[in-house]
Amino acid sequence: MKVNGKELEPILPMTLKELIFDAGYREDRVAVELNGRIVPRSDYAVVLLKKDDSIEIVGFVGGG
Amino acid sequence: MSDELKIGSRKFNSRFILGSGKFSLDMMKAVMENGGVEIATLAVRRANAGGEENILDYIPKGLTLLPNTSGARNSDEAVRIAMLARELGCGDMIKIEIIKDSRYLLPDNCETIKATKILSGEGFIVMPYMMPDLSAARSMADAGASAIMPLGAPIGSNKGLLTKDFIKIMIDELELPVIVDAGIGRPSQACEAMEMGCAAVMANTAIATAGNIPMMAKAFKLAIEAGRMAFISKPGRVLLGRGEASSPLTGFLEDPK
Repeated sequence: MKVNGKELEPILPMTLKELIFDAGYREDRVAVELNGRIVPRSDYAVVLLKKDDSIEIVGFVGGG
Repeated sequence: MSDELKIGSRKFNSRFILGSGKFSLDMMKAVMENGGVEIATLAVRRANAGGEENILDYIPKGLTLLPNTSGARNSDEAVRIAMLARELGCGDMIKIEIIKDSRYLLPDNCETIKATKILSGEGFIVMPYMMPDLSAARSMADAGASAIMPLGAPIGSNKGLLTKDFIKIMIDELELPVIVDAGIGRPSQACEAMEMGCAAVMANTAIATAGNIPMMAKAFKLAIEAGRMAFISKPGRVLLGRGEASSPLTGFLEDPK
């Protein structure tokens, strides 16, 4: 599984919510793309991850 | 007197848009408050794991956030970033920024027009950052932009209003608010932009690279307000090739000979 470009091998089954928490992200401060599609925050707890998933977790930073 | 800045359905009392880059987070509040800022831009990037401090915790409540699409090299990437920004849950305003060239950081107007059309169709209040070109700006207006953001000089350069004449043409010809974004380095330049009729000024590096950052934010606030007042007051005419006395030309103390 790829998270923000890095290979990870989490122990499945795992939900997106668990991955976000375990990896140390703040759920209320991120947006997530799973295989190129945005996952609404309300779905994090019900989305089950798969071995070959590609995940982008983004947030706001300072910028002009 | 009410003099609101209207962008799409939104109304603002401040005409100073502040970029939030290059500041330390604990300085953010003082800068925003000193600048009287109501709109601040942000960027979207891969999040850092490990509970790092988040910029949203440092921006005063009640501010309107204007995410940008920096990092996008074409319209598809800009749309992707805009969608993620909206998912982050801070409203539906978006500053489109599409840049292919990494030396001068000049925007790609063609891709920006495409992204403007898609994102306005998706319900965003779209504010495209662009090269000051009247024809491209008209296309952006037709594509649903809510404001036009031409550059004064390359991003981060502090070189000022190099494109002044072209921005003036856009102010004269477009119905939409024209907001100078990028290149403004000093309050006098911000004031000049406002005096000639810009609806607002956006700055970031000018403040972030100043010696006294909070005081420079205040200086920009005052300059932008002064320029706006001057624009509304309609500056006096210019005389070429001669002077004109301000004092009466009669009643001198000496009798005429």
